[in-house]
Amino acid sequence: MSLTYSTTSLTRASVWRKRWEDVAHHLRRNPIVVAGLTVVIVWCVLGLLASVIAPYDPLAQNTKALKQPPSVSHIMGTDELGRDMFTRVLYGARITIPAGLQTVTFGSLVGIIVGSLAGYLGGLFDEILMRITELFMAFPTIVLAMAVTAALGPDVNHAVFALVIVWWPSYARMIRGLVLDAKSREYVEAARSVGASGFYILTRTILPNCIAPALILATLDIGNAILTFAGLSFLGLGAAPERAEWGRMVSIGIDTFDQWWIWLYPGVAIALLVMAFNFIGDGLRDLLDPRLRR
Amino acid sequence: MSFPLYILRRFLLTIPLVLGITVVAFLIANAVPADPINANLPQNALNNPEIIAVFRAKWGLDKPPVERYLTYLGNLLRGDLGTSIKTNRPIAADIARFLPATIELSTVGILFGVGLGILFGVISAVWRNSLIDYGVRILSLIGVSFPIFLLALLALSIFHAQLGWLPGPGRINPRITPPQTITGLYVVDSLLRGNMRAFQDTLLRLILPGFTLAMYVSGIIARITRSSLLEVLGQDYIRTARAKGLREQTVIIKHGLRNALIPVVTIIGLMYGNLLVGSVLIESIYAWPGIGLYMFRASTSQDFPAIMGVSMLIALIYVGVNFVVDLLYYFIDPRIRLA
Repeated sequence: MSLTYSTTSLTRASVWRKRWEDVAHHLRRNPIVVAGLTVVIVWCVLGLLASVIAPYDPLAQNTKALKQPPSVSHIMGTDELGRDMFTRVLYGARITIPAGLQTVTFGSLVGIIVGSLAGYLGGLFDEILMRITELFMAFPTIVLAMAVTAALGPDVNHAVFALVIVWWPSYARMIRGLVLDAKSREYVEAARSVGASGFYILTRTILPNCIAPALILATLDIGNAILTFAGLSFLGLGAAPERAEWGRMVSIGIDTFDQWWIWLYPGVAIALLVMAFNFIGDGLRDLLDPRLRR
Repeated sequence: MSFPLYILRRFLLTIPLVLGITVVAFLIANAVPADPINANLPQNALNNPEIIAVFRAKWGLDKPPVERYLTYLGNLLRGDLGTSIKTNRPIAADIARFLPATIELSTVGILFGVGLGILFGVISAVWRNSLIDYGVRILSLIGVSFPIFLLALLALSIFHAQLGWLPGPGRINPRITPPQTITGLYVVDSLLRGNMRAFQDTLLRLILPGFTLAMYVSGIIARITRSSLLEVLGQDYIRTARAKGLREQTVIIKHGLRNALIPVVTIIGLMYGNLLVGSVLIESIYAWPGIGLYMFRASTSQDFPAIMGVSMLIALIYVGVNFVVDLLYYFIDPRIRLA
């Protein structure tokens, strides 16, 4: 038999097609991931089109329709100021989804920078950076975030900033470990031997090999970030009082207990979104952890 | 390395960490745009420069930051956490008053949460990919995805408001006098004092917040137990145990679960931070006078000495817990002894 395998068949396009087939194959076997993805996409679309879909203005108060139960004109009822709940729940996606994504993005960016510098430079520099990281890890998330937002005042951006402060250390630790491991590999040695600069080695040879685990951690983390953000808002330390923010809306429920629609709908909205992100994260982890795949 | 040397080394390493914690707490409380004067003085006092000057002098707000930090550190060494601007009492005394309620609540949450979590995790792993496994997995996923404050409101509205089975918010019925303090834990104190009326009331009031916390804890524990046990059950020594003809029950409990619980125990230690998150939210809903509610009130009124005090205390507990864990590793991991 002659070996006439054509090397040209491995074109870029076919590699991508192969990859896509892999992904499609795994997605078919993981309906939970598909469900999660669908819910996230639906929420993103609802949030983007909120101004088109929503029947009312999210801030418009109506003193003639306070705490109305769900009806034809207000399908999710109205809140304690007569604002339409359905409208406010839709607009809530506009605050919560970006807040969760921003927290994880900026948190992981800071973590990657700190962790890779500590791991790559090593020595005293590593020692100092890691002690600082441990210092921030000693404060439980919500306590540090509460202290920071208390200092800055209630605002969505302040809450995100506070969350980034508590979010980066776990990424810094993980990336440092990965960089330390990658540093001793042959390909780094090879790059160094041909005279590559330290910056080039770090950004072009080491980091690309450490990014995948960080991405998984980040996906698993979005749900958590959203929950913590909603918790801060629930305590009155996130969005400003009048904003249509889910956690804030649920907090009204403490006083308007019997008017369940005021707190249940935004609460379920948070739960659905977080669950969807957790479904995606879980599926992703199962996919990449061969020990659990059988 | 001998044990005393190991302790000494670990202890010396925690000193810069503890100092760093005081610096961070101080920085957050001081390098901020918010002015505690606006939050803590009545409106008419804000127009009076004399009152403002007295307020500043009283709380040391007129001194340079470094001097304030050193004074703060000096007071700390004497066990003085400062005075709360809001309650006007020493923060150490405030914490001592609020802490037992949190300990009571989180003990119930941890005990039931860990118990249920391990049970569900084992069931799920043993009958892997069965209907019951999917049920447990979805339930635990809901447990970790549901905002804990929504869970608390749901529980309160169903079991208290709708069905009337359980009492509402609060740690004890306001018409019942709390038992005299022995441990600070109402349930224990009322039992020790033989006050059955208070005992029954406080116990019933623990159920809703305690189980809300337990739901949250059990979701996390079930997931970890499941994946850890699955990994262990794939090991060679499990096959050996089965080959020896041991009963499946013995294989799973004695050989499987015992090994699978090692990461679970580590997580339970680390979870204390999560627990605190849960208790801040639960305490504010159930009007539970614990450290979470205290911290919440302090943050909303910009009572920075109190915020600093609580966050430092919590961070110090964390450092302490880790110190103890490290000491335990000395006995568990022989490599440390030989290094």
